[in-house]
Amino acid sequence: MAGGGILIVLYLIALFAGFIAPYRFDDLNTDYSFHPPIWPKLQGFHFVVPRYEPGSGTFVYRLVPNDTKPLHFFVHGDNYKLFGFIPATIHLFGTGDPHHPVYLLGTDQFGRDVLSRLLYGSEISLSIGIIGILLSFTFGMIIGGISGYFSGWTDTIIMRLCELIMSIPALYLIISLRNTFPPSMSSTQVYAMIIIILSFIGWAGMARVIRGMTLSLREQQFVLAARSLGQSHLKIIVRHILPNTFSYVIVAATLSVPYYILGEVVLSFLGVGIQEPNASWGNMLTAAQNTEYLQNYPWLLAPGAAIFITVLAFNFLGDGLRDAADTKSL
Amino acid sequence: MLQFIFKRLLHMIPLLLGVSLLTFLLMALSPGNYFTALQQNPQISPETVARLKAQFHLDRPWYVQYVFWLGNVLSGNFGYSMAYKISATSLILARLWNTFLLSFSALIIAWGVALPLGIWAAVKKDSWVDRACSLLAFMGLSVPDVLLSLLALWFAAATGWFPVGGAESPLHDFMSSAQQFWDRVHHLILPAIVLAASDLAGIMRRMRSCLLDTLHAEYVTAARARGLGEGWVVWKHALRNAINPLLTIFGYSLAALLSGAFIVENIMAWPGLGRLTMEAFFAKDSYLVVDCVVMATALLVIGNFIADILLAWSDPRIRLK
Repeated sequence: MAGGGILIVLYLIALFAGFIAPYRFDDLNTDYSFHPPIWPKLQGFHFVVPRYEPGSGTFVYRLVPNDTKPLHFFVHGDNYKLFGFIPATIHLFGTGDPHHPVYLLGTDQFGRDVLSRLLYGSEISLSIGIIGILLSFTFGMIIGGISGYFSGWTDTIIMRLCELIMSIPALYLIISLRNTFPPSMSSTQVYAMIIIILSFIGWAGMARVIRGMTLSLREQQFVLAARSLGQSHLKIIVRHILPNTFSYVIVAATLSVPYYILGEVVLSFLGVGIQEPNASWGNMLTAAQNTEYLQNYPWLLAPGAAIFITVLAFNFLGDGLRDAADTKSL
Repeated sequence: MLQFIFKRLLHMIPLLLGVSLLTFLLMALSPGNYFTALQQNPQISPETVARLKAQFHLDRPWYVQYVFWLGNVLSGNFGYSMAYKISATSLILARLWNTFLLSFSALIIAWGVALPLGIWAAVKKDSWVDRACSLLAFMGLSVPDVLLSLLALWFAAATGWFPVGGAESPLHDFMSSAQQFWDRVHHLILPAIVLAASDLAGIMRRMRSCLLDTLHAEYVTAARARGLGEGWVVWKHALRNAINPLLTIFGYSLAALLSGAFIVENIMAWPGLGRLTMEAFFAKDSYLVVDCVVMATALLVIGNFIADILLAWSDPRIRLK
C-alpha cells in the first residue's frame, strides 16, 4: 500500500507539473550552465535563496555572501498551460527575480532547471506507461478471449502470431518498429508513435495468458447457461469470461507498467524517442552518459532516481496486489 | 527424448521464418533507405544510385527482396553492409561473439552468486542474512538496467579501477597474448556485473522460495529424525528437489541475457549485437537491422530450446506431451 501511496503522489505531481515546476522545460539560461543545486536556507522563519556567480574556471560557481532573496510561494513566473490547456502563470514557489534562480536540482548543460524538466518529463513518462498498458491489455484481452473461446483455426493462427511476436526480444522489436516510422516527427506524433510501439509488444503475452484462462472458463456452467439463453458469442466473452480474468490482469498490468516506462526511457535515451527540447526522463539521462559530466555534475542523474522510485513503487504495489489476489502463494 | 528434440527443432524453423518475414516487412514499410541520403548528394549521379539499388535489389517489391535475402542468408551470406562497406557476415559474427561472451559471463556471475546466497538465505531463514538478501533482491529487481549501467560508468570513471566501456583497450594489438587475455577480462567485468544484477535478484528469490518449500516437506523431517546431519539433509535431499524449477529458469535466463544485453551494450559501449543494431539503425542500413534482429531472435529461440530440453531431461512427464 505504500507503493500505491507513492504512486498517487507521483501521478498528482505529474498532473500539476506545470504548476509545481518553477521554470519551463525549455527555459535556457546559458549563464548558469551546470549550476549545482541551490537550496533555500532557513533564516528566522523565512526561506531565503542564496545567489551564486560564476567563479574561476568553466562551470564553477561561487557563493555570493549576503545576497539572498526570500522564497515566495504562489509567485508569478513563466507562463505554462495547466493540464495542457489552461493558461496560467502562477507557480508553486519561486523568488520572482530572474537574477535569483531557484534551481533545486541544479541545471543541465543548457542552463535548464533539472527539477522543472524532471516534472515535465514525469508527465510524459508516467502517462505513456498508463496509456500504453491500457491499450495493449485491452487489445490483448479481447484477442485472447476470442482466441480461447473459438478454438480451432482462429486459435491456432492467433497463437502462432503471438508466439512470433514474443520470440523477438523486446528491445530489438522496438527498434525495428521505430525503423518503420520516419526519423523526425513532431512531438505529438512521437508520443503517439511510442505508445503504438509499446502496445504492439505488450499485447502478445497478455493474449496468451487470457487465452489459457478462457479455455478453462469456457467449460463452466454459467457460460452454458448464457449460451442457452441465446447470448451472442461476443457478449459472452466480454460480459462473462473476461471479467473473471480481472484478478490476474490487474496484477499483471501493475507489474508491467514499469517495463513500458522503461521502454519509453530507453527509446528516448537512445535518441529515437521524445526529442529535444521536450523533456523526458530518458532524454535527460543522455547527458549523464558522458562520464566527465557525471563525475562533476552528479545531479544530472536525478531522472534515474525518479525512474527508480517509480519502478520501486509499482513493484511494491504489484506485489501487494498479488499477495491479496493469490491466496495460494507463500 | 530424441523425438522430443526433433519436434522442437521442427517447431523452431517456421518460427524463425515468420520472424524474418515480419521484420523484413517492417523494414520495407520504413520510409527511405540508405540510398535516400546518397540520392541527395549531388556528387553521386542518379545512374550510380540506380545501379547500386539494382545491385541490392532495392528497386524490387519487398517480397522479391525477401526471397533474395532469404536465399542469401540460408547460404550463410548476410549480404553487404552498405554503411560499413564490408561483408555483413563478418561484422555480425564478430559482434555476436562479443555478445555471447558478455552473456555467458553474466550467466556465470548471476548463477554463481545467486545460488549460494539463495541457499544460505533459505537455510538461515529470518536471520540478518535472510533479510539482507531480501532487500538486495528487491533493490536489484527495481533498479533499471539503464540506471545501473550509468552508475557503473560513474563508478568506473570515479575510481579508475575499471575501464569506462569498450571491449579492448587501444593498445590491445600491441600486448602479448597473456596481457591481451587479461585486458579483455578487465573490460568484461563491469558490463557483466551490470547485466547479471537484475537476473541475480530474481534467481536468488526463486532459489530461496524453492528451497524453503522443500525444507518443509515430510521426507526432510524424516531424514532429520533419522539423525542425518543438517548439511547432508540440505545437500542430498532438499536441494536435489529444489533445483528442479530452477532448471527452467536457467534456460530462460540464458535467453533473457542474450537480449537483455541490448541496453548494457549501448550504454557501456560494448561492441556487441545490440550496439550494431543501433549503429545500423542510425545509418539507415535496413538490411543490417533486419539481420541483427533475426540473429537476436534466433539466439532467443535457441535459448528457449535449450531451456525446453533441460526441462524435458529433468522432468520426464514433459517428454510425453
